Amino acid sequence: MKFDTPAGTNPIDRMTVVGKPTPRIDGPLKVSGAAPYAYEHHDVPGKPAYGYVLGAAVAKGTIRSIDTARAQRAPGVLAVVTYRNAGKLGKGQMNTAKLLAGPDVQHYHQAVAVVVAETFEQARSAAAMIDVDYARTDGAFDLLAAKDGAKEQGGNDAPTAVGDFQGAFASSPVQLDQNYTTPDQSHAMMEPMATIAAWEGEKLTVWTSNQMVNWSLKDLAATLQMPVENVRLISPYIGGGFGGKLFLRSDALMASLGARAAKRPVKVALQRPLMANNATHRPSTIQRIRLGCGRDGKIAAIGHESWSGDLEGGGLEVAVQQTKLLYAGANRMTAMRLAVLDLPEGNAMRAPGEAPGLMALEIAMDEMAEKLGMDPVAFRVLNDTQVDPEKPDRAFSQRNLVRCLQDGATRFGWSRRKGPGQVRDGRWLVGMGVAAAFRNNLNMKSGARVRLDGQGTVTVETDMTDIGTGTYTIMAQTAAEMLGVPLAKVVVKLGDSSFPVSAGSGGQWGANSSTAGLYAACVKLREAIVEKLGFGPGEAVFEGGQVHVGNRSADIARAAKSGEIVAEDSIEFGDLDKKFQQSTFGAHFVEAAVDRYTGEARVRRMLAVCAAGRILNPTAARSQVIGAMTMGVGGALMEELAVDKRFGFFVNHDLAGYEVPVHADIPHQEVIFIDEADDKVSPMKAKGVGELGLCGVGAAVANAVYNATGVRVRDYPITLDKYLDRLGEVA
Amino acid sequence: MTQGCGAISRRDVLKTSAAGAAIAGSLGTGSVAMAQAEPNAPPTAAVRMKVNGKQTSLTLDTRTTLLDALREHLKLTGTKKGCDHGQCGACTVIVNGRRINSCLTLAVMHEGDEVTTIEGLGTVGDLHPMQAAFVEHDGFQCGYCTPGQICSAVAVLEEIRAGIPSHVTEDIGAAPGMTTLEMRERMSGNICRCGAYSNIAEAMAQVAGVKA
Amino acid sequence: MRPFTYERATSAQDAAAKAAAMPGARFIAGGTNLLDLMKLEIETPGHLIDVNGLGMDQIVETPEGGLRIGALVRNTDLAADKRVRKDYGVLTRALVAGASGQLRNKATTAGNLLQRTRCPYFYDVNMPCNKRKPGSGCGAIGGFSRQLGVIGTSEACIATHPSDMAVAMRVLDASVETMRPDGTTRAIPIAEFHKLPGQTPQTETALEQGELIISVALPKPTGGTHIYRKVRDRASYAFALVSVAAVIGRDGKGAVALGGVAPKPWRVQEADALLPKGAQAVSDRLFAEATPREDNAFKIMLAKRTIASVIAEAKG
Repeated sequence: MKFDTPAGTNPIDRMTVVGKPTPRIDGPLKVSGAAPYAYEHHDVPGKPAYGYVLGAAVAKGTIRSIDTARAQRAPGVLAVVTYRNAGKLGKGQMNTAKLLAGPDVQHYHQAVAVVVAETFEQARSAAAMIDVDYARTDGAFDLLAAKDGAKEQGGNDAPTAVGDFQGAFASSPVQLDQNYTTPDQSHAMMEPMATIAAWEGEKLTVWTSNQMVNWSLKDLAATLQMPVENVRLISPYIGGGFGGKLFLRSDALMASLGARAAKRPVKVALQRPLMANNATHRPSTIQRIRLGCGRDGKIAAIGHESWSGDLEGGGLEVAVQQTKLLYAGANRMTAMRLAVLDLPEGNAMRAPGEAPGLMALEIAMDEMAEKLGMDPVAFRVLNDTQVDPEKPDRAFSQRNLVRCLQDGATRFGWSRRKGPGQVRDGRWLVGMGVAAAFRNNLNMKSGARVRLDGQGTVTVETDMTDIGTGTYTIMAQTAAEMLGVPLAKVVVKLGDSSFPVSAGSGGQWGANSSTAGLYAACVKLREAIVEKLGFGPGEAVFEGGQVHVGNRSADIARAAKSGEIVAEDSIEFGDLDKKFQQSTFGAHFVEAAVDRYTGEARVRRMLAVCAAGRILNPTAARSQVIGAMTMGVGGALMEELAVDKRFGFFVNHDLAGYEVPVHADIPHQEVIFIDEADDKVSPMKAKGVGELGLCGVGAAVANAVYNATGVRVRDYPITLDKYLDRLGEVA
Repeated sequence: MTQGCGAISRRDVLKTSAAGAAIAGSLGTGSVAMAQAEPNAPPTAAVRMKVNGKQTSLTLDTRTTLLDALREHLKLTGTKKGCDHGQCGACTVIVNGRRINSCLTLAVMHEGDEVTTIEGLGTVGDLHPMQAAFVEHDGFQCGYCTPGQICSAVAVLEEIRAGIPSHVTEDIGAAPGMTTLEMRERMSGNICRCGAYSNIAEAMAQVAGVKA
Repeated sequence: MRPFTYERATSAQDAAAKAAAMPGARFIAGGTNLLDLMKLEIETPGHLIDVNGLGMDQIVETPEGGLRIGALVRNTDLAADKRVRKDYGVLTRALVAGASGQLRNKATTAGNLLQRTRCPYFYDVNMPCNKRKPGSGCGAIGGFSRQLGVIGTSEACIATHPSDMAVAMRVLDASVETMRPDGTTRAIPIAEFHKLPGQTPQTETALEQGELIISVALPKPTGGTHIYRKVRDRASYAFALVSVAAVIGRDGKGAVALGGVAPKPWRVQEADALLPKGAQAVSDRLFAEATPREDNAFKIMLAKRTIASVIAEAKG
């Protein structure tokens, strides 16, 4: 199905199942420990052996020699695979660095070897017996030092300019020109990357934990230089990803290589202390923002520049993305520059670009509002735009930012907000902050297969994944709505490369694209059912387990009495996203308290108001948003991969060192969804919400901390060491 | 003070507790088999535990953690390995009524112990009230930390009822209150990167019969 | 983790004697720190002596009016003990500020004292570390040292001791009671129990080979307001940036010890005497010989401000 004109009325609009708060259909499996994650498939042919990964001890250099003899002789060891015996390997299209080092080492903890043994204990022990001699070479590990050598990129990443930014900024009566920094961050999903690999002759099956089945299937085949038809990738349950599991990673490759060498299925879970440096991370940024305003508060000039780093051949953190679209202003510029760094591979983490970009932009907006003597909500409302500010003849498909801000302000009690440093509660300084949320809506081609059997059971099959987003449930809701059957009559099978290729889970495109693909397949199935029932032409209504055409009716199951009916289709998107800017919007409100003695900052209240098209399942969508808000608190107050600029690695590479929020950090969180349906994005009229929830949270926290203390911090995370000397004297 | 560390009081301290005596008694001399199947093979030891009410006997490489004994030897993979270093809580199980990180304890140290894992709390068709409350309040997303969260949540309510103080207990001389503030502090050893904390607090409050 | 043989000890003396006789033997009780380090091969014992069956899990009153805490009393039980809550509140407060509920259920009194540093360079076997590998250098100096020590450190090592409990015990003047391999016992004042690194950061305590902690004695309670303030980036389940244990009387006199700043719980008698003069005076004395690094210099100001908070709280 091609989606190239705005959706008319369709069966989803009935909203009898879709749009209802629905508990996860996979919930009972998950809460009882029965959902099998990658390392836990007990149906693998043969008893898997255990693989343990050895990570490189240097950030950059060459392996002069590897002595694996002692490890190979160790009890229980079945194989040791290094670059010397791995065979010729390619590199996946989505990977920047190789997944197996040697002889060159590209980053710290890059996989150097996998040891396969009968037991986990034996593999771990033997891995420590491998002697590697490295020739360490100098590398670039400091973004600030590399900043001046950073280069502009082309294509979508090229600098933009509209009007006369320099002139308009220079002549603006109120100006802001500030630098902000965001640190390297780690996805830190709870399930480490893990894979079981099993070979049968030339055929390879991997049970893995991956957000994008088809990307990783192709990249595994490309890396192993084998036909893609010979690889099957299965990923039904994924213990969190946040972008960290978008790509083929070393667990899958090392398990495959280990299994081939040991002639046994092999399971590998990447050890937690390797995760931060072996896997990808969100790159740090240095950002400069210039705002020029009239005294009336209207933005005349808006400029946003960002610098980030990555390995040779890597990409930018696109932190200026939202600034092209979020606020009005006739004179505009953005620019991004990329430095080559020898730190581990930078790549997408939840809301890449917008998350760090808004952390900076929305502090800048707060600062400018203060300079103008305006309320920060009012300042944002004043500078709203209903068209793409770079191409004013291009409207947004739907844009309710103003309502998000205004409804949120009312709900949160924003009018009670006082000036900086004015509110005390015992030893706590208390403040409120706001930030706009913005994330583009992306659509991806997505396919599904749907089957109807003689019992009236509908089975959905697609390689789409559920990374905690609620995919199982919204797919079941979609099929139930389309076919008029109860939720309990729908079986959803996900995450298997033998199923139709889907959009996968990333860029908050998963929910809308994958359900739209299923919608297309259901449309086909409906046609096939009507035809099978011989009901002839006329509008078919599927409801209550029955099919009605005109005055003819039948149980849906009857259509499949003589054999299963199968339909398959995919949704493909035309150019509606060119004609209309498709984005999601929101507003975050935060109340924070800062201990006036110690500077400890804690969040007391949080509210998000989101406008993201039709909300397919308010329960799961709300969880996506509160989860993102939680991650935003982490980004604001604690999360930072600390770089050792001498050795070139992330030092705090475990969950004790890299702090993420715990229960005690997070208060009750409230989420409101604006009632919307966006007919320009898909027949589902839904947009993504999982990344929107993160966008702006950090700045709302930062602005609340400022409002509490009167001390502005522009370098994330906002830890007490950065402002303790500016809090008032206490003794 | 060396003298002051008197015989009587030291004996009190050294006194073997009732549970300890039972364990020591069942083991006799306390020397554990160091059988080696082949000359090079790692030392093994036998351990008997009651897991989810079922008596189990295992002979394990001494290095095997309780977590790996459950997951890799008993196929009880409901208990998760998130970090293997006591930094995330995904491996939380209840041993002799107390929650612990199963990754930071050796299986052979649990001779005679009663271990309850998520599979022992309830099953898909017969959920424990806490499991049901997690589903109802959507107290999870990816589900990987969830079994640990639930084992912890069940134990936390018991800890509050037992009067064990926490970091947020206002008056440590008094019994702690059954509040979500107490629950949040006590649950902090269970990290949820999906960020379901607010919903977990509601699920726990429901089971505890208090207002979230 | 290297292979090891394992036995369950039958008596404290037997355990101590065996540990002394077997090079590479280690006691294991809670195991929460030792196993963590064994997995990374930072600790590589060839033999483990499980002391969990030895009892030593009672808290009893001493003839002097204090408490004797068995080495195997779990952190949870120590924190929850009614006598501790009533008379040694700073100890309960410190315990419940540490680790997580799960870890406190397993961790023992003795094991908590014997915790090793959380310095990330100690934890990464690819990095130089004089504590882990004497003579290899200190990776933390000149590196990421935000969590590390500002006082009592040396050019060989700037690690901190991670315990909260020990800081409270230091302010309470506890003593660590041990049994040596020959069956004799001794009591080591907590002030002398942990060693400063000097040129030998691998030596962390006053314990001899095979010497087993059997209990910790607290002197008679002194009254006063008991406060433990732990400052950290996140609200729970994190090691201290700075912590302050204090017992302060109505007259403003008392004792104060710090965590998170030094290789051992940091207390200076002369600083105690300055408590009535306020946080600045106390802090100046506590940090008179401080050698902060760029990343952790903030700890001195943070400690002063935290002490100020504690003094204010004691005043009520």
